[in-house]
Amino acid sequence: MRLKDLLFLSYTTLIRYPLRTIMLLIATSIGVMAVILLTAVGEGARDYITGEFRSLGTNLLIVIPGRNETSGGGSPAGLAGLSPRPLTIEDAQSLSQIDNIRRIAPLVMGEAPAQYDGLERAAPILGTTPEFLMIRQWEMESGSFLPGASMRYSPPVCAIGKEIKSELFGDENAIGEWMRIGDRRCRVAGVIAEEGRTIGLDVQKAVVIPVALGTALFNRDSLFRIMVDVESSSRMDQTKQSILSIIKRRHQGKEDITVIKQDTVLQSFDNIFNVLTMALGSIASISLFVAGILIMNVMLVAVSQRQSEIGLLKAIGAKNKQINNLFVVEAIMLSGLGAIMGLILGHTVTQALKVAFPTFNFLPPMWASYVSFIVALMSGIIFGLLPARRAAKLDPVEALSGNK
Amino acid sequence: MIRLEKLSREFQVGNQVVHALDEVDLVINEKEYVSIMGVSGSGKSTLLNILGLLDTPTSGDYILSGINTSKMDDDEMAGIRSTKIGFVFQSFHLIPRLTAFENIEMPMILSGIHPKERSNMVNFALERVGLTDRSDHRPEQLSGGQRQRVAIARSIVMEPDVLLADEPTGNLDSTSGKEVVKLIEELNLSGLTLIVVTHDREMGERSNRLIRLKDGKVITDQSNT
Repeated sequence: MRLKDLLFLSYTTLIRYPLRTIMLLIATSIGVMAVILLTAVGEGARDYITGEFRSLGTNLLIVIPGRNETSGGGSPAGLAGLSPRPLTIEDAQSLSQIDNIRRIAPLVMGEAPAQYDGLERAAPILGTTPEFLMIRQWEMESGSFLPGASMRYSPPVCAIGKEIKSELFGDENAIGEWMRIGDRRCRVAGVIAEEGRTIGLDVQKAVVIPVALGTALFNRDSLFRIMVDVESSSRMDQTKQSILSIIKRRHQGKEDITVIKQDTVLQSFDNIFNVLTMALGSIASISLFVAGILIMNVMLVAVSQRQSEIGLLKAIGAKNKQINNLFVVEAIMLSGLGAIMGLILGHTVTQALKVAFPTFNFLPPMWASYVSFIVALMSGIIFGLLPARRAAKLDPVEALSGNK
Repeated sequence: MIRLEKLSREFQVGNQVVHALDEVDLVINEKEYVSIMGVSGSGKSTLLNILGLLDTPTSGDYILSGINTSKMDDDEMAGIRSTKIGFVFQSFHLIPRLTAFENIEMPMILSGIHPKERSNMVNFALERVGLTDRSDHRPEQLSGGQRQRVAIARSIVMEPDVLLADEPTGNLDSTSGKEVVKLIEELNLSGLTLIVVTHDREMGERSNRLIRLKDGKVITDQSNT
């Protein structure tokens, strides 16, 4: 039998039973559409999160004391700034000799009571340099961020988050006021506009002070970490090596620090979201198998409905294989057309969602279209096989008389 | 051209074994016009099914054009049905969603003949059954007699050697029945071996040879001259 004839004959059955055809097309297309929509949401979320990370600057290297910590803020020793050999402000200063480095921001973190006019709050304290503002791309609501401070100089100034500002100062102007942080006094020089969290710190509640003031306040000689903004992203690895070797020289030849790339963090988020998207896609694919089972049921009904036709085809010389092919092609056509419909629907709905929610980027990944199409087609083939085989094996005499 | 040797067909019905055909010996020559008659259950349909290779005997041999068919597999039998045997059924068995033309085309589609060649042969077959003007009609748009003529056109389109007709006039009124009989008799005169299973005594007597079956055995085999 010619392929064209095979396709034509299967096509006539689709036309002959329009309601059946439409129902099956809807079932398959919903499955394909679900895959596309869910993966579009997954990819959109990935894009959103990595975009947020990218806005922090991908040219960032983070120097962490200790060798154990490999990613993020993991080990207790790292969090407490404890390390066999402390990472000091002098270490941070020494890094400025590397020519590819644009900015260095040493960090020291802790918690201390913040007081003003008889009010007291326990506040997370971040000791750093003005470069940190640029590295994190923070905006100031008013005033300036640690004016006159550097790694060397620690004037008694601070910048405070919005929440601590309203808790201690209410609606009054805070700029220029002196407040107490632990046993130190400092003048509020700016209010930070930023919201949300960074390196485990709620910016709105935080008080930022010069780095040396921080080490003195917490009576600690080790930094929490050093953030390094690199000039050219193509030389990240080279810069990383320079940092390692400089600190090693300063630490009596012991390589007791870890340098991680912002990229690495980004990469792991990327991976997490890729897995998430795939999980969503696979969950949605279940509906494709449901559609496949539906096709199988309908094809089984079709085989018993068309018994006498199958008998006739055998009488006029159809081989078992040909009967089999007729039914398989019919199932493939149903699932294939359904899949195409689903692809069109899925992408249309995604575009509509993009218009409805412009802030969130719905990105149906290419692979979702391919995979859902192929899975739909495969389920059509697999679930079409059993009914087709049953049709092919019918006894011609019994089939012609139309009963089993 | 057809030779049956000690051919039996048994069916298991519940605990009982029914002998639908019981050691039948039969020779049918080319271009013969044979009627097979008998009450229902006499085995005449089973005989026709076996002659048409739709059914296989339990024992005995069926030799068609010198080939013993008893050892053939499904595909070989399908091949013979396609090229050597034409079927006409009581209930026409047209595919409802296809036009008359497409129904007649079906055997050629199955054997993979090129569309151009098919078209000529279908038109020729339509002409022979006098339905050239109905080629685009679906079965539901045709009368019973016309449907049976489409079925006959389909049965002869592959130019078979034998035409097997199972009660071809059973579902027709007497006028269209006569037309159909006339048509298949014409085909027989032009060289086609014709084997008809019928209840219709009149039709049985028109044939050149009348075989009567009872309980799976041939009881009479007479030539009408």
